[in-house]
Amino acid sequence: MATQPTAATVHQEPTSFWRRYIFSMDHKVIAIQYMITAGLMGIIGLVMSWLMRMPLTWPGESIPIAAKIFPGLFEGGVLRPDAYLAMMTMHGTLMVFFFLTAILLGGFGNLLIPLQCGARDMAFPFVNMLSYWVFLLSCLIMLASLFVTGGAAAAGWTAYPPLSAVAAAVPGSGLGQTLWLIAMAVFIVSSVMGGLNYITTVLNLRTQGMSMMRLPLTVWALFVAAIIGLLAFPALFAGAVLLLLDRHLGTSFYLDHIVVGGQHLAREGGNPLLWQHLFWFLGHPEVYILILPPMGIVSEIIANNARKPIFAYRAMVYSIIAIGFLSFIVWGHHMFVSGMNIWLSAAFTLTTLIIAVPSAVKTFNWLGTLWRGKLRFPTPMLFAIGFVSTFVTGGLTGIFLGNPTIDIQLHDTYFVVAHFHIVMATSAVFGVFAGVYYWFPKMFGRLMSERLGKLHFWLTFLGMYGIFFPMHYLGFMGMPRRYYGFGLLQYLAPDTQAIQLFITISAFITGAAQLLFLYNLVWSLWRGKRAEANPWQANTLEWQAPSPPPHGNWGEHMPVVYRWAYDYSVPGASQDFIPQTVPLEQEPTGEHRRAAVAAPELSGNGEAHRNGG
Amino acid sequence: MATETTAHPVEQAVSWGGGVSPFGVSWQKLMMWIFVLSDAFIFGSFLVSYATTRTSIGTWVDTGKVFALHIAGAEIPLLLIAIMTFILVSSSGTMALAVANAYERKKRETIRYLMLTMFLGLTFVGCQVYEWTHLIVDYGVRPWWNPFGPPQFGAYFFTLTGFHGLHVLSGVVYLGVIARQVARGVYDRRGSYANVEIAGLYWHFVDLVWVFIFTMFYLF
Ligand code: HEM
Ligand SMILES: [Cu+2]
Repeated sequence: MATQPTAATVHQEPTSFWRRYIFSMDHKVIAIQYMITAGLMGIIGLVMSWLMRMPLTWPGESIPIAAKIFPGLFEGGVLRPDAYLAMMTMHGTLMVFFFLTAILLGGFGNLLIPLQCGARDMAFPFVNMLSYWVFLLSCLIMLASLFVTGGAAAAGWTAYPPLSAVAAAVPGSGLGQTLWLIAMAVFIVSSVMGGLNYITTVLNLRTQGMSMMRLPLTVWALFVAAIIGLLAFPALFAGAVLLLLDRHLGTSFYLDHIVVGGQHLAREGGNPLLWQHLFWFLGHPEVYILILPPMGIVSEIIANNARKPIFAYRAMVYSIIAIGFLSFIVWGHHMFVSGMNIWLSAAFTLTTLIIAVPSAVKTFNWLGTLWRGKLRFPTPMLFAIGFVSTFVTGGLTGIFLGNPTIDIQLHDTYFVVAHFHIVMATSAVFGVFAGVYYWFPKMFGRLMSERLGKLHFWLTFLGMYGIFFPMHYLGFMGMPRRYYGFGLLQYLAPDTQAIQLFITISAFITGAAQLLFLYNLVWSLWRGKRAEANPWQANTLEWQAPSPPPHGNWGEHMPVVYRWAYDYSVPGASQDFIPQTVPLEQEPTGEHRRAAVAAPELSGNGEAHRNGG
Repeated sequence: MATETTAHPVEQAVSWGGGVSPFGVSWQKLMMWIFVLSDAFIFGSFLVSYATTRTSIGTWVDTGKVFALHIAGAEIPLLLIAIMTFILVSSSGTMALAVANAYERKKRETIRYLMLTMFLGLTFVGCQVYEWTHLIVDYGVRPWWNPFGPPQFGAYFFTLTGFHGLHVLSGVVYLGVIARQVARGVYDRRGSYANVEIAGLYWHFVDLVWVFIFTMFYLF
């Protein structure tokens, strides 16, 4: 039986430089384009976070070096308040959408979905290519907004009206906010084009033998994340259209009796809460778009480096699906203090606490996989374990915040900043690092330096906790987020300034540690140890292709899959890993259902496996 | 590819051959389904926003009056909208005929029904242009103001019908491209008219959305 040809299988490998590396339709090239672009956006976002730290740490003090590098943002050596708000807004936006979403779905999605499904390319390579170029366009629009009069948008990554709707509200609410909205709309178009491909490819282009329940967890996670994106982004798209109309056509979707600068605007009947609902209908699923793919990556890496099958594969799949579903019905927990019916609050509390259950299932399964494994600790594994740590730390504070009685105190304080930077920012970034260290040899045929990698990990791991853990304490004390200065808040204890200093020093060290990573990337590209096809002794399909895989991935014959992706340390097997392409009569399997249904003579092994681990 | 089907019998009994499972549709059609689903969420967001705004304002506009036509001195409520709805629903019928003929590879009939569908679509948009002009010029309706009631009435009117109208227009262009492909014999050479059916999916979806807009915005 032949698998369906994609549009690409008909195409010959392009020979010109432009078609091959720039306007390429090859999913691997598009993946690398996404990774590089998103990585650059991440670096810009990182620099912005340093700028934000300056007035928080040294209020009113002049910082000549920074003022020299960014003259447009500083006045008298001090970061201007409106520039602070713009940096805060752009930092959040760039990091959440243009770095993490793009690198996870556009980067890893493109790289791994066809390779791990056993396809030659995405279903519709042309649209896939278009998705990247439209993404690049949205990046350029967003960056351009930094240079317009009034500066970039300043209403936060959540862009709440009326701040974002009335141009006179804040300097950044001029052209900057308009460009922000347009860039987001363009970004959504790009993500829809990508998402269509990811979903159809997983559903329709799997190779022979690769049933859904044999897919590696990375593919499952990317698949569900893509579905979430496709159904959640439309709400933000609609919201952005309405907000643009409010800004430029005089409508009042979100506005009601606004007074700006003593002037009463002739707008009435709208409701700013409408935006909050539309935004968070995307916003909450979005955070799971950012966490599911790292969960998949981490599952893969932990199983590989514990040399054990992933603990409870089916539970892992079902919890991914459950998280995907539940993520659509918890958004109200961001609005407990915005004015919400108290019974509705109760309902959202309930769903919010329920979503912690599948998250916990996954955590316990990672621990179960590590338990008594023959652990190896290469850099990807360190980042994977680091992910489990930060995910637990940040997830637990989420449960506090899910209770309105506590959240009313903690909302809009640094406690929330601590929560989401640990559970989302740090964890997702660890997932990205783990993935890059793990698949770098597949992408470029060389291994990254382990020594630099380990140093990078420890500095980043300790640094991230150094930055974000103390913020819990600041939040308890009532320090509000998104404030430029705290001089008038006399209730704050005097030691807050010392904590701020500690956080900032951690931030600079952690940031500098990323230079190690960049250096490692560049160094390894040319000097790294040559990698054979399967340097991690892994089972998934991509490792059966050469490193890097050729155009069309598989040469003349498509791979055929006989087993799941987690046959590690199967008793009675000749080595401690069995690639998915090895037929069952050659090697036994630990895949339970198969053992029971298809090959009764193997069920003994399956049992032994379950008990022996 | 097909040469690799050497899996042993046990293997074949419990697994599958790759490709189109679990839904048994081609990726092209699946992609359109998923796109339509995503698009439905955009319309859904607009409509839910409209519904919440309208209910929270409390007062609204008598749409029967606003969208009435005066014929020979008599005021017939929603007449134009009824005609538009009839046109669009009919275009779904002609589209279905185009798809049916495409299945039988009747090139000429397929093109004819595609053209007819496009014509009906354009007529619909024409009616919409008339309706907008009427409201803007004769009544002075603006996105921020209207003589009938809350300003949100005009705002949602332009947003909902405008966004839907854009969909109809892009649908007409899309069908035009497909008709051209049919005329050039592309699908005969390919041996499959599936693209006509996929375009039909989009067209029916746009019609279906109109039914919701008609019910929620005009009728209520
Ligand atoms: C274990 C389950 C989780 C629960 C119960 C939970 C609960 C909450 C609650 C109630 C808030 C609102 C706090 C407030 O603004 O007052 C919040 C904020 C947030 N959460 Fe979580 N969360 C969980 C996991 C996650 C995960 C996995 C991510 C991301 C990957 C995440 C990302 C965020 C973000 C980004 C915000 C703040 C958005 C903002 O206001 O700018 N959370 N969380
Ligand atoms: Cu949330």
